[in-house]
Amino acid sequence: MPAETNESTIRTYVKPQALELGFHASMKRLWRKISEPIIELCIRLSGFVVVIFVFLIFLFLLRDSLSLFRHYPLAQFLFGRKWLPISDPPQFGVVPLLLGSVYVTLWAVFICVPLGVGSAMFIAEVAPKAIKNVLKSFVEILAAIPSVVLGFLGIIWLGPMLRNTFHLSTGMCGLTGSLLLAFMALPTIISISEDALTGVPRSYREAAYGLGATRWQTLWRVILPSASSGIVAAVMLGIGRVVGETMVVLMVTGNAPVVPTSILQPLRTLTATIAGEMGETVGGSEHYYALFGVGLVLFVITFAINLVADLFLRRARK
Amino acid sequence: MNGAKLRQNIAFSVLGALTLMIVVPILLVILYVAINGAGSITWSFLTAAPRNGMKAGGIFPAIIGTILLVIGTMLFSLPLGVLSAIYLVEYAGDNLFTRMIKLSVVNLSGIPSIVYGLFGFTAFVLLLHLGTSILAGSLTLAIMSLPVIITASKEALESVPFTYREISLSLGATRWQTVRYCVLPYAIPGILTGTVLSLSRAAGETAPILFTVAAFYLPRLPRGVFDQVMALPYHLYVISTQVPNIPLSLSFATALVLIGLVFLMNLVSIILRAHYRKRRLW
Repeated sequence: MPAETNESTIRTYVKPQALELGFHASMKRLWRKISEPIIELCIRLSGFVVVIFVFLIFLFLLRDSLSLFRHYPLAQFLFGRKWLPISDPPQFGVVPLLLGSVYVTLWAVFICVPLGVGSAMFIAEVAPKAIKNVLKSFVEILAAIPSVVLGFLGIIWLGPMLRNTFHLSTGMCGLTGSLLLAFMALPTIISISEDALTGVPRSYREAAYGLGATRWQTLWRVILPSASSGIVAAVMLGIGRVVGETMVVLMVTGNAPVVPTSILQPLRTLTATIAGEMGETVGGSEHYYALFGVGLVLFVITFAINLVADLFLRRARK
Repeated sequence: MNGAKLRQNIAFSVLGALTLMIVVPILLVILYVAINGAGSITWSFLTAAPRNGMKAGGIFPAIIGTILLVIGTMLFSLPLGVLSAIYLVEYAGDNLFTRMIKLSVVNLSGIPSIVYGLFGFTAFVLLLHLGTSILAGSLTLAIMSLPVIITASKEALESVPFTYREISLSLGATRWQTVRYCVLPYAIPGILTGTVLSLSRAAGETAPILFTVAAFYLPRLPRGVFDQVMALPYHLYVISTQVPNIPLSLSFATALVLIGLVFLMNLVSIILRAHYRKRRLW
């Protein structure tokens, strides 16, 4: 009799716990079995999502641009020399905007390529280590300054200064934008060029020094040519940044959508047009779709630039 | 030989001068904003809402808005970015699909910020009916930040020595266990550094938030993720171009706060990098 009570107490005492333990363990085992495929699926999906985003961006731009071309001829959009979105009938010729972007970009490139590549050479090959680190952090600081701050300084400082030096009617012109954009493209150009220069194998340098070349001769005749692919990539990526930059050009280039004839004139780029006019359009109107067309043009241009840059980068790595 | 030496001195001086032509303007820009803005930064400027059509008062809602946007951006882009980097480094084979992902990352990083704004507007604001909201803005900024986070995470993962993986796998660990316990912990510092850097860029961006979240003038705090907010960069744009007769000191102070916020985030990333580099095991 006591034995029986004993057994039942033991059973009631032990059983729930054992059950729970078994349940817990089996859940844990189950979780271990399921969690790994789930997480691996997530990982694979994330890789896929990145591709999807690029496709989606392209598709959305294409869809809305096509809505324009149903009513407005494509040739007139691509080759039209007038951008008059709110006149009657409206004209959506992208040429003045495209040329605005080209003008601003070319001038910015003229300014920032010598500066950028020159200082990359200085940082990589000439500067002592302590100065090198200081210079590098300066470049990082420049990269961190928000574009809207530079645009603000362009309005109150650089623009008026240029107006006074060149005796212009307004300081809000292409050159103001180009100067600021050149400044903004510098970090990209410097850091990638510097990587390319320091990536040149040591043996190249040693061979040149062994032949009696000075440091400058080695840098100019040996290192620079060997790093040329990387430097071209750096310049291309810099151009990509300049073409795509929005706020600075919106704020300082004067917003005149006319075919530019001089860099000292107000003009307007592709990016600034979208940013400046999107807020004033009615959703679903021709104007609205035309801005997506401008976006598509931008997308195609930057896509091409980045593709070329990537090609050169890959060649540089070999 | 003397001629060569002379030429070298001249060439190096020219290179030095070119470098100086970059460094001096950077210093000038920072000092100019700091000197003109510092006087107007008071406690009430940082903690009060704008008043009187933004001609007076503070920028508190804009600061909060930017912080919320940064947090939202991180919530979306960090997991997605890190997981895709893990896929690229630990799982992907050398095939067409992998090349497509890599190409997509390159192109994503080259797409102009205003095009992200357009995409965010049609996809999130209109198609998903999120409206101009914190959610739509964060998603837009998150896609824009993805390439930087992926590239940084990829580099961090690749820098973990291969032997770590070999040992873990040889002990019978599965691929995910290896990644989770033997690779990820050592890559976290690099991932964080890259993430903070890309978020600091997102904090300063204006174009992607123009049509997706930014409120022109909204002197109160947001009530939820479907609410609009003011944001610092957009606020600076508005008061320096859209509204006449704003005292310049307010613009300078706003610019200084924005630069300060971005630099602070950069500083965090630099400290993180330095801190972990010291403890590096290989």
